[in-house]
Amino acid sequence: MKLKGKVWKFGDHIDTDIIIPAQYLMHTDPKVLSQHCMEPLAPDFPKKVQPGDIIVSGINFGCGSSREHAPLAITGLGITLIIAKTFARIFYRNAFNKGLALLEADIYDLVEDGDEIEVDISRGIIQCGGKEVHAKPIPPFMEELINEGGLINHLKKKLEG
Amino acid sequence: MGMTITEKILAAHADKEYVEPGEIVDCRIDLAMANDITAPLSLEEFEKVGAQKVFDPEKVVFVLDHFTPNKDILSAENCKKIREFSKKYGIVNFFEGGQCGIEHALLPEKGLVVAGDIVIGADSHTCTYGALGAFSTGMGSTDITYGMVTGRIWFKVPESIKFHCYGKWGKWVTGKELILHILGMIGVDGALYSAMEYTGDAIGSLSMDSRFAIANMAIEAGGKNGIFHVDDKTIAFMKEHAARPYTVYASDADARYKEAYEIDASKVGFTVACPSLPSNAKDAGELGNVNVDQVVIGSCTNGRMEDLAMAAEILKGKKVAKDVRCIIIPATPSIYGEAMRRGYFQIFLDAGCIISPPTCGPCLGGHMGILAKGERAVATTNRNFIGRMGHPESEVYLAGPAVAAATAIKGKITRPEEVI
Repeated sequence: MKLKGKVWKFGDHIDTDIIIPAQYLMHTDPKVLSQHCMEPLAPDFPKKVQPGDIIVSGINFGCGSSREHAPLAITGLGITLIIAKTFARIFYRNAFNKGLALLEADIYDLVEDGDEIEVDISRGIIQCGGKEVHAKPIPPFMEELINEGGLINHLKKKLEG
Repeated sequence: MGMTITEKILAAHADKEYVEPGEIVDCRIDLAMANDITAPLSLEEFEKVGAQKVFDPEKVVFVLDHFTPNKDILSAENCKKIREFSKKYGIVNFFEGGQCGIEHALLPEKGLVVAGDIVIGADSHTCTYGALGAFSTGMGSTDITYGMVTGRIWFKVPESIKFHCYGKWGKWVTGKELILHILGMIGVDGALYSAMEYTGDAIGSLSMDSRFAIANMAIEAGGKNGIFHVDDKTIAFMKEHAARPYTVYASDADARYKEAYEIDASKVGFTVACPSLPSNAKDAGELGNVNVDQVVIGSCTNGRMEDLAMAAEILKGKKVAKDVRCIIIPATPSIYGEAMRRGYFQIFLDAGCIISPPTCGPCLGGHMGILAKGERAVATTNRNFIGRMGHPESEVYLAGPAVAAATAIKGKITRPEEVI
């Protein structure tokens, strides 16, 4: 799957309290949550971002609480991909469970806000700043889960089978 | 090659003789838990898969502790949904109202977790139960739905990091100071995807309450779990609280560790984590004049008896500084009752503290103590991220119970010996 989108840069250790502050956790609708995505750092982000844009971050993206509202707030904006140097582990599982693709690659210093980059998600190849960067391959187990349509579809099949 | 305690628990629950780091294992679980924030999403997924029942009504736990007593209509609606689901599916361990405490203090106290268990919870601080020699870790709501329905979940076997602690602790120094000290050493991703295992004489001399506080904050280093070996104190705790049999696992002498740290307990001071990361560790004595507007003593990290006892000892006969709100939150109804019986409530009230019912409340900026723009708090909680307790321009300093109580008296960050 190929994706072309505009870059939004966020630095290191972007925690889930930044991605979606706790005061909105009574909501479960991604559309409602998305209107407060990144609010403490960039209150205008939900208004300016376009579906298909790509978040680029440094280390430990998604650290902090287990709230699945965090990937939902991001997918609610039509964002389907985050590229970061590393991800926190609960966020990593949650994102894949919610249909948000994550690639581990160190491109933070290669791109600027607003740059357009092209990504081959399934092959993990990123074209940015005239360079071709290869992301860390998605673990085979996660790839199988994605191919099955995620954990909930896997469970559905299990219950039907 | 030998195995660590974490590897042994995962192997046993996957019906395997041997597992190694990096391997994906499919494990039986002993408990799946969610709270009033995370359960609503789990129940939505439960509906979507069309499941007819949970795998075991005694092993699915709901604790309505975050936005309760309900702070608004939406949070009340969420609790109502969980209550109705629990009735429909016969959930035995559904906690709310006067039966409810902060989940990670409540579950061990109710005997729902014992050594050797695997517990998953839709709350990142589920790692707390590692203090009992169990494997426990936080996940998202969807993973918990999978666990609720099947009684199983997949794990990647983590690498282990050993923290060997020796020597004597200083007066008023608790597990909280140690874990903040460790976060200062290794950073907020220093244990990413890893098990944090604690050993040594100095760990043996810590109370169970201190061990819970240490295990609780494994996630603050990016860790998958924090884990302790079972000793006399663990067994005494389980005998007092649990009727279930437990299984003791211990790391082999030739088990593999990614890294090992040696920590001299006597060198751990009154560690405080400055804004806005739990790893910004400094000694309370080197901060200069840091004035505060609020002090919070509570949470799944430090709302237990040891914490309240220390706070009471320091606050006895003293007054909370003018213009400071000091909020005390006993973590469970039984801790609440015991603190009252011991006379702590009178001490707290005489000092001018607020005593809150058990709730996560202010820790995550939910309710019961939100900070305004520019305000600053010292809290015995576990996170000091930007805007964690309220306005994005408010600040949280994390500390142990003694520093928090001393700070309430002076109105600025203070070492306990300065007020005693």
